[in-house]
Amino acid sequence: MSDPWILLPFWYPIIAVLVILMAGSTIRLYKGPTPADRAVAVDTVNTLTVASLILFGVAFREIIFIDVAIVYSLLSFVATLFIAKYLGGEL
Amino acid sequence: MIIEGIILIFLIIGTSFNTLGVLGLLRFPDLYTRMHATTKATTFGSIFTSLSVVVYGLWLFFDSRDSQFMILAIHAFIAMLALAFTNAVGSHAIARAGHRMGIKPSPAVCDRLEEFHP
Repeated sequence: MSDPWILLPFWYPIIAVLVILMAGSTIRLYKGPTPADRAVAVDTVNTLTVASLILFGVAFREIIFIDVAIVYSLLSFVATLFIAKYLGGEL
Repeated sequence: MIIEGIILIFLIIGTSFNTLGVLGLLRFPDLYTRMHATTKATTFGSIFTSLSVVVYGLWLFFDSRDSQFMILAIHAFIAMLALAFTNAVGSHAIARAGHRMGIKPSPAVCDRLEEFHP
């Protein structure tokens, strides 16, 4: 039986670009003047992590990574809501 | 060949918008404009990179009739939906928290929202 996956050469460069973007938004996480800026930077890193996890699931041929991406996006959503509640002084 | 081109175009659109979002995060002057850049551009870019995976899964499914590729496409679509909805609501919560913390836009001298919603 032949391999049903068709090899495409461009998953890894795209993932590398997304990881470089994550490192770039870490600069704002370090420098941000207010805590809300840092929360925005963390939110950006979470979004890029979910996007790159979906691409990792295709590149490594592991479909379970995409389920991990779904759960990661929902958990980071809850974390963002609680950080926002804490910063707004309502917790 | 055509479907590989579609996947590559989706990936390039998504990566470009993610790059623009992170550049906006690094270069804009205050919280609200940074949030404007990251929320919209990064969500749009991540939707397009996920859409390329959906197209890839559907292509391999109709090519080989193997059910794991349908699972790949459907789960990537669910992840895309989760990403789109949660990003919008989370950034709304952060903007509300920033307003409650007393952060003003960069050249602003007064805050008219304070008069209606203290």
